[in-house]
Amino acid sequence: MPRLTIDDLKKIKEEHKATFAVREGGCRAKITVHMGTCGIAAGARTIMTALMDEMAKADVKDVIVTTSGCAGLCSREPMATVEIAGSPPVKYVELNEKKIKEIFDEHILKGNVVEKYAMVVGSETTY
Amino acid sequence: MGRFRANLMVCAGSGCVATKSLKVKEAFEEELQKRGLEKEIDVVLTGCNGFCAQGPIITVHPDEIFYEKIQVEDVPYLVEEHFIKGRPVEKFMYKEPTEKITIPSMHEIPFFKHQVLRVLRNKGIIDPEKIEDYITRDGYLASAKAVTAMTPEEIIKVVKDSGIRGRGGAGFPTGVKWESCARMVSDQKYMCCNGDEGDPGAFMDRSIMEADPHAVIEGMIIGAKAIGATKGYIYVRAEYPLAVHRLQLAIDAATEAGLLGKNILNSGFDFDLEIYQGAGAFVCGESTALMFSIEGRRGMPRLTPPRSTEAGLWGKPTVLNNVETLAAIPQIILNGADWFKSLGTEKSTGTKVFSLTGAINNTGLVEVPMGMTIRQIVYDIGGGVPGARRGRKFKAVQMGGPSGGCIPESLIDTPVTFEDIQKTGAIMGSGGMVFMDNSNCMVGMAKFFLEFTTDESCGKCPPCRVGTKIMLDKLSDLTEGRGKEGDIEILEELSYDIIEGSLCGLGQSAPNPVLTTIQYFRDEYESHIKDKWCKVGVCRKLTTFFINEKVCTGCGACMRACPSKAIIGEKKKPHRIIQEVCIQCRTCYDTCRFQSIIIGPADYKGDPMALLKE
Repeated sequence: MPRLTIDDLKKIKEEHKATFAVREGGCRAKITVHMGTCGIAAGARTIMTALMDEMAKADVKDVIVTTSGCAGLCSREPMATVEIAGSPPVKYVELNEKKIKEIFDEHILKGNVVEKYAMVVGSETTY
Repeated sequence: MGRFRANLMVCAGSGCVATKSLKVKEAFEEELQKRGLEKEIDVVLTGCNGFCAQGPIITVHPDEIFYEKIQVEDVPYLVEEHFIKGRPVEKFMYKEPTEKITIPSMHEIPFFKHQVLRVLRNKGIIDPEKIEDYITRDGYLASAKAVTAMTPEEIIKVVKDSGIRGRGGAGFPTGVKWESCARMVSDQKYMCCNGDEGDPGAFMDRSIMEADPHAVIEGMIIGAKAIGATKGYIYVRAEYPLAVHRLQLAIDAATEAGLLGKNILNSGFDFDLEIYQGAGAFVCGESTALMFSIEGRRGMPRLTPPRSTEAGLWGKPTVLNNVETLAAIPQIILNGADWFKSLGTEKSTGTKVFSLTGAINNTGLVEVPMGMTIRQIVYDIGGGVPGARRGRKFKAVQMGGPSGGCIPESLIDTPVTFEDIQKTGAIMGSGGMVFMDNSNCMVGMAKFFLEFTTDESCGKCPPCRVGTKIMLDKLSDLTEGRGKEGDIEILEELSYDIIEGSLCGLGQSAPNPVLTTIQYFRDEYESHIKDKWCKVGVCRKLTTFFINEKVCTGCGACMRACPSKAIIGEKKKPHRIIQEVCIQCRTCYDTCRFQSIIIGPADYKGDPMALLKE
């Protein structure tokens, strides 16, 4: 590593911020790809890979991607849930690579729900 | 730089490394590669997470799932379930010890929930071997500010105002120490760090050096600027190889980045730092002895004054601070004195790191605000005493290691501050807490610590060298049935003589465990002497074991466990101990789940049931 200046310290902090957003929590948006057996069989892996690509391309630092099990609607997999801090979660169904990229651009980056792919807003009631 | 959707943090503190966490890390990397997830999931080694009892510890971010005791063979299943199918695996999660409820999230586990992390703020979050990780967590911003934008007077004022007191044991105000050294005029001054943690049961400093080495270095740079030192040493015992390794990596990385060494951040300020490995003598934790040791001389304390701040290393003004104190400094510079004072009490500000060991469920490393009571530490964070169902309960805590004293159950609501702990006869010390339950013999405990100080006395002052040995002999007499009327008084008198006649803290504090156990558990000393009876059954020559025939269910557990086959009896019928064969090892007492073992005095011939009334 070359000799640093105070500005370099801040630059390094900025560069690694995304990694630490994952570790510290406190992100703006969270995308959950449902990866139960049904999801995987329907192609959830390509959704995940596409999403990771988009994340890297857009260089967002406050969005996290995670996985969860089957959402219970196996016939409409692959599914993903998008949660923007402060708004209710939105479930998207029957996704493909193109759709998830569009959702990423519109919903995650610009904050507009992509209604044509969305199934439902909100979550089941849990006790 | 690639992006990862999840970070898998593998604890690589000494505790978890000992339970093979490095092998688990390799297994994870291999398995993730096999599943094609190596670009999605990053495996990171961290410093001590603190929950050493449950190692190897794995935390998964961003889900904040906490896994404990993960073994290599668990890895494929865990990867498949958690990372491929997105189902966190319940069977590897933490279970609350009394209710057996599974708690997935790290922040909801009581052990973590009640802690406030300042000194340990980076534990488990950064990779201690990567300077970028430390920088991302605001690392070196405080030293940059101190070196480029603050005068020594300004630095000292903030540190003084924060009220921080030395975390090594004595509790001397750090700002005052720095100020008195800054006032000295000298061609050379030294800034040193005391990492010679030697108390049995203490591992705070080791864990800090392992988990966040850069924080210690940054604190030293700030101190060096404040006192005008251009050279520094970190004195670490050679028994801490992982700490030495990570500190050296940190020093090299910081020097290469121009954050340490010549012309720091082009400010014109120089500070060179070197590690000096000690051979592990307890006395070298004493400041003057430590400095002699660095000079290459025999580590023996000298008379003060002059204090080290006036004439320390090679006769030059020197500041020596404890690891934890130094690691707290950068945050004080960044956030200000008032922020630091916002926690703790008026005279004991901020937080304190403690290591919990002994009879406690959650062995490990914790950081709590000063002023928290011992009760909160034992029950809320420590998870209580193991074996509660077998009637085990909290009896006392030894604070301050062999230099400290024990605090009994009756004082469990004492707030943990420098002043309140001192009032009990113990000392805050560096933060080692050794817990004892009602199966521990306090005379035996005092003897254990005296053995330690007798061994570690450097031999310079006869009251310490000879006195501790005589005390140890007396305690051995007591525990082996040779105690006489008047022994307690002799022990007390000797204690005061040793305290008065010794030069350094080692001798001045060595009798503390004896004095406090006499103060709070005098009845135990008396029963050892008068009745030849160690009521908890630890001192073998002062016990006779019996089985309470009314309680015994005849389960046979003690019979199987007894190493000398001294227990006989039929299934489901009360068992009996053959006294001629019994070696008084107490295995039956520890094994019995029905509390049916009665402990009587030496060679007791009467009715065992009569003992129960006592």
